[in-house]
Amino acid sequence: FLICVAIRANYPLYIRSVPTQGELKFHYTVHTSLDVVEEKISGVGKALADQRELYLGLLYPTEDYKVYGYVTNSKVKFVIVVDSSNTSLRDNEIRSMFRKLHNSFTDVMCNPFYNPGDPIQSKAFDSIVSTMMVQAC
Amino acid sequence: MESLTLSDVEQKYYSELFLFCDVDNTKKVASNGKVLDLFRAAQLSNEVVHQITELCGATRLGHFGRSQFYIALKLIALAQSGLPLRVESLNSVRDLPLPRFVMGKNEQEMRHVVMFADTENQGPYLPRPPGRVQAKKVSAHEMIQPCVPTVDPQPDTTSPVVSPNQSPPTSPHAWRKHKRQASGGNVDRQPSVPGVVWPPFREAQPGPVTGDGMWSAHSPPPVQESWVSFTDTPPSCTLPMHPPSAQPESTTVRTVPSAMTTNEIQRQTSGYDDPWKITDEQRQYYINQFKTIQADLTGLIPGSAAKEFFTKSKLPILELSHIWELSDFDKDGALTLDEFCAAFHLVVARKNGYDLPEKLPESLMPKLIDLDDSAGVPEPDPEVGFSASPVEVTPNKSPSMPSLNQNWPELNQSNEDTAIVHPVPIRMTPSKIHMQEMELKRTGSDHTHPTSPLMAKPPELSEETKLAAAIKFPGTTVGDGYSSSDSFTSDQEPISSAVNRQRSHSGTSPEGLKVVAPPPPPPRPNASHSRSSSLDMNRNFAAVPAGPQQPGVVAFPPAVPPRPLPTQTSVPHGHRSVEGDGLPAITSTSPQQMPEQPNFADFSQFQVFAVDQPADDGEKPSDSGQVERCAETTGTMRTAKNDVQAEERNATTVNSAKVSTPLAPPPKPVRRRLKSEDELRPDVEDLPQKSTVIATVLATQPSIPRSIGKDKKAIQASIRRNKETNTVLARLNSELQQQLKDLLEERISLEVQLEQLRPFSHL
Repeated sequence: FLICVAIRANYPLYIRSVPTQGELKFHYTVHTSLDVVEEKISGVGKALADQRELYLGLLYPTEDYKVYGYVTNSKVKFVIVVDSSNTSLRDNEIRSMFRKLHNSFTDVMCNPFYNPGDPIQSKAFDSIVSTMMVQAC
Repeated sequence: MESLTLSDVEQKYYSELFLFCDVDNTKKVASNGKVLDLFRAAQLSNEVVHQITELCGATRLGHFGRSQFYIALKLIALAQSGLPLRVESLNSVRDLPLPRFVMGKNEQEMRHVVMFADTENQGPYLPRPPGRVQAKKVSAHEMIQPCVPTVDPQPDTTSPVVSPNQSPPTSPHAWRKHKRQASGGNVDRQPSVPGVVWPPFREAQPGPVTGDGMWSAHSPPPVQESWVSFTDTPPSCTLPMHPPSAQPESTTVRTVPSAMTTNEIQRQTSGYDDPWKITDEQRQYYINQFKTIQADLTGLIPGSAAKEFFTKSKLPILELSHIWELSDFDKDGALTLDEFCAAFHLVVARKNGYDLPEKLPESLMPKLIDLDDSAGVPEPDPEVGFSASPVEVTPNKSPSMPSLNQNWPELNQSNEDTAIVHPVPIRMTPSKIHMQEMELKRTGSDHTHPTSPLMAKPPELSEETKLAAAIKFPGTTVGDGYSSSDSFTSDQEPISSAVNRQRSHSGTSPEGLKVVAPPPPPPRPNASHSRSSSLDMNRNFAAVPAGPQQPGVVAFPPAVPPRPLPTQTSVPHGHRSVEGDGLPAITSTSPQQMPEQPNFADFSQFQVFAVDQPADDGEKPSDSGQVERCAETTGTMRTAKNDVQAEERNATTVNSAKVSTPLAPPPKPVRRRLKSEDELRPDVEDLPQKSTVIATVLATQPSIPRSIGKDKKAIQASIRRNKETNTVLARLNSELQQQLKDLLEERISLEVQLEQLRPFSHL
């Protein structure tokens, strides 16, 4: 059970979850996690130029699932929610997932036909996310 | 299904159609979507289509198998001829015309036509044909008749299709007209049809009529012939169209297939990318268009310019976006000539109703760019697009393409499992080292990637790699324990790694152990003992009957034996005495320690012995002969343990042995002894290790050169002893920590099991 979200200016550009049921709960979770993300990025005084800082790590674990955050230089946030029972996912794997997300997102951005702020409808992006989530689950 | 007999023509035609509909390439089932599109293209009413579907048994089966498809086609032909739909008429009607399909979707010829017609017009070039296709398809029928005669005079060699001139129909219609030649025997027309299409490509003439005019304009015969003989790409591509377009002209249909049977079969079976091949004329046109935007053919078209250009095609933004994703191979936000051609081709195809592929067809891959010189020399078609391998000859005409071409396809293919557009050969494997290597490789291979993560990652990874490597070297099992702040599922991993490190190091350097391992000092709420006589001791003593403990307990604090060897020797003695008191499991250790003892016991005790000869041996319990040598100090120790009175003598002996030794050290050996005892108790299996360690530790205390002087020797010995004690304590702590980890592990596993057993409540 994995949910990947790309958020820009506090509304989601893209939400994808592997189990399609119960999505609403994850939407809520993602929204609440945005607060944590904001808090983390506002707390950092120095410039966020370092790639390493883009990865926010485990935002907070709840009893059911863990939320990971990642913010890009343009303040586009990626959130991944994974089931707590999914213990096979390690921090490194989450990092690599975020990398892939970031790369794919960059590709989408490069598309001149994509207006920033539009929901992401790119099939390539979809396929990448699907593959990634299938791998993770 | 009733048996269906088809004429050769029909057979051929139907098989082509089936293949056309067989988008999944199953060879058995035609995809419903395609089939239904095809049927709709037959311009039959929906009811008729449903009826046909039912009759052919597809509704029964739920899908269109080959036989169902054929039957359906036949029924379509029936319907189009106006005959009632009867199953029995399937075989009865002999001269049934082939079913005709009007919609431009499944016609590559249409596509070509449209391309040519459109490309000429900068502005509304693209929308036009489809618009016309849609609008005028009805009229096409009417048009057909008058057009037919005009179509007749079309020898291969003459300028193609001059006839279109008089026909108002636009290029697509002219197209259709050609295809629908009611008259027979237009074999020549068939091959020329594609040829017809190409010449207009060059012309930039807006307007429907001009569209036709285009056709008539030029196209030198040789070109035409070249098309005909062309790798049959156009004919093959158009092949599916020919049959539909062909009238009940068995001859035409037959000729067409005969003309390119082999190729056709090749083409149709070779895959879907054939339709995506760009012919020379097309390419030439694309290049010209490219020049209008960007004069330098080796340069790039910026994304914004390309966006404007392709927006003119009036395709929906989503599709344009998809086209961009497909064609911008290097993801740089700009189009090279090749990318531009690919994008253009896709746009044209889409305008014709062709569905966009999910991935870029091979024939459109940017590696083709080198084949087109900046002078725009058209390459023979066979060379174009044949290069299936990404390592195709690619003279580096375009700046960044070649290496990327070669890297990307490879990586893309190899990364299918990761399915990343970006060539990241990273697998989501648990092996962190592997991932790091892959990451490094990726960063190395792709230097043009705009995202910074790529560049910033390597340092981190290299650090991790080094760390991991460093960690692995000592031989610890958990390599990642220290390298990252990974949130391991079980906390024990890093801790166990720490423990392992401790273990591995402890044997080598006790001091190192102290430095590396930060064991939390175990609580030692020891009221009766000065120091850490710990908890462990309490436990130990609690385990033991109080009686024997008494003397031990009492004895320990006062045991202020002379530090150096006496303490050493006292340890085993203490052990033995404790043994004597009934405490278990010490015998194993004591003998081990004993051998060490005598070493220095011999040396140091000897001296001490020589110096001082307190006759306190009375109380000593049975000792080995060796021990007896160290009688007095040890004896003092023992007596101290056993007798409070011996304290004095101990003190005296201590004082005699060493002057300035504070009393602090004395408890240490006691403590150490206690420690060893403690260690012995809890984990029997660990005891031997610990004892051996302790023994080694003790043994490492070499005989102090007596020449230094007893004071210094005593101090050094005490220091050493303290260190030993520390190491022992640390070791004990690590042992306990290990136990804690194990327990935690068990707990976590149990929790996991519980979680699994719990019926997915939270899902």
